[in-house]
Amino acid sequence: MRALMTTWLAAVLWLCTPLAQADLTIDITRGNEQATPIAVVPFADGQDLPQDVAQIVADDLKRSGYFDPLERQAMFAKPSSGDEVSYGDWQSLDTRYLVVGRVSRSAGNVEIRYELMNVSGESRMLGEVITAGQDQLRGAAHRISDKIFEEITGIRGAFSTRIAYVTSQGLGDDTAYQLFVADADGRNSHQVLSSDQPIMSPSWSPDGSKLAYVSFESGRPGIYVQQVDSGRRVRLTSFEGLNSAPSWSPDGRRLAMALSRDGQPEIYVMDIASQNLQRITNSSSIETEPSWTPDGDGLIYTSDRSGGPQIYRQSLGGSPERITFTGNYNARARFAPDGESIFLIHRGANGYRVARQDLESGRLVELGDARQAESPSVAPNGTMVIFATQQGGNGVLGAVSADGRVSFRLPAAQGDVREPAWSPFLN
Amino acid sequence: MQIKPYARSLAIAASLAVMAGCSSTGGTQDGNMNGTANGNGSGVGTGTAGTGQTSGSGLGEGAGQMAGSRIPEVRTIYFAFDSETIRPEFQSVLESHARFLSDNSNASVVLQGHTDERGTREYNLALGERRANAVKRFMSIQGVSPSQVEVVSYGEERPAARGGNEEAYAQNRRVVFAY
Repeated sequence: MRALMTTWLAAVLWLCTPLAQADLTIDITRGNEQATPIAVVPFADGQDLPQDVAQIVADDLKRSGYFDPLERQAMFAKPSSGDEVSYGDWQSLDTRYLVVGRVSRSAGNVEIRYELMNVSGESRMLGEVITAGQDQLRGAAHRISDKIFEEITGIRGAFSTRIAYVTSQGLGDDTAYQLFVADADGRNSHQVLSSDQPIMSPSWSPDGSKLAYVSFESGRPGIYVQQVDSGRRVRLTSFEGLNSAPSWSPDGRRLAMALSRDGQPEIYVMDIASQNLQRITNSSSIETEPSWTPDGDGLIYTSDRSGGPQIYRQSLGGSPERITFTGNYNARARFAPDGESIFLIHRGANGYRVARQDLESGRLVELGDARQAESPSVAPNGTMVIFATQQGGNGVLGAVSADGRVSFRLPAAQGDVREPAWSPFLN
Repeated sequence: MQIKPYARSLAIAASLAVMAGCSSTGGTQDGNMNGTANGNGSGVGTGTAGTGQTSGSGLGEGAGQMAGSRIPEVRTIYFAFDSETIRPEFQSVLESHARFLSDNSNASVVLQGHTDERGTREYNLALGERRANAVKRFMSIQGVSPSQVEVVSYGEERPAARGGNEEAYAQNRRVVFAY
């Protein structure tokens, strides 16, 4: 009987699961003309592997906006180790850096031996061997990208991170909502939750093992915490009114959230272990969209106490200070990891755009040209911001570099995609 | 035959229970069901653990004949951009729901607040609640007990119409009476 029940449940779950996978593709809409030329030569003996590791590395580097990988057909030599490199060939192509490598198989695993060469300096910068299973080649490629990126730029690579996002299909009562986790390049997606009621506001724990989110599955909103790998989860809140906008503290012990249980939506901080709540704000207006300062001592949040939504900053025991003054709509801000600027949604003459505001000067600049932008989420190394936008009437994800030079879109095969949340570093 | 008060509330309870078992056939209103099709594939499941639970709440809707009075037919009212002001043309709608709830103290309603898609999602959730609370206040002034009214904001999460144009926006800025 129990087995039958399980089968039945599995069948129901399968039926109300329109897509268990929803990989996103990547269209680069604006490249960086000042990107550094690099060549990633196809790795020798890698032709019959399930993944083209060198191509994944080249795609990662291109997407970062820092690099402009050379097209393969422009390569007139295919060296597979540093010894085989004739630097003059690559200098004549204006290539600054060169990645070469070779794969070999041993006991079911794949060994990837690669080197990074400085073309103008005619020297080797990096050499490494990575071993991975046949089904872990994408992960291995992202780790190689991380190494190369950090070696050249000095900035830690964020290619081995993940994104969470929400999809919906259908209209009105017949809408199916799903929460997915995918690699940072949109591939390797898997569903972590499906529901016929809205799912909102995914937020990663700082160790990358859990997601907090809002689900309406009980008929009203509640904040849930779910382990990404096991799927185990608990409901943390289901107060009367709003239970929204969970944001994990940098120490992983607390969640900031917006609740309206005392009337107006206010910011609270919950100690996760004890579930004790501390109320942070007290006003007759809307306070929501909290996000922690990188040091964990305070929060930024959206408040419309001045009439329209603006961003305020408040230490946990302190009083609020308004920090945005450009225009009459600034909302859902997130800190850059260095704490020196915030990324937010700004409404100006071009509608709702992703913008960056430098905190010292107060200067705000719009980033990219995506329409109806929402939900900015910053890569853990601060180089890119992922957000939701619209393309052809559908919700898609977009990303823009922190300096606004590079943009790309991550459209899904079907349905609407939104509310991306970039994971912390996972390694 | 005269129906005694307690028998009348029994009749209401019974008819509500019957309606709760039915799925919607009305279809003239926007999104006025909450957790529809109970036991009909409705549910939530986590992808990795494979656990699931059915969900669905709220009483069924449909223009069912109540003992004494009916649930008013018009169950959606609309709002101007960035506004929670109740427009004069919808006051009579609110008054009819207030009358129904006052006459049927066992009945309860969920006021679902919705916004259009412009702006950020979580701020819109708060704006949707502001709209539904404005309706709740109006009903309360009309004498409806607060215990009969629950507010649930959906923000921009459950649009009634698709499209990035004013026509769709106007259909989405709404409060729905979900019985």
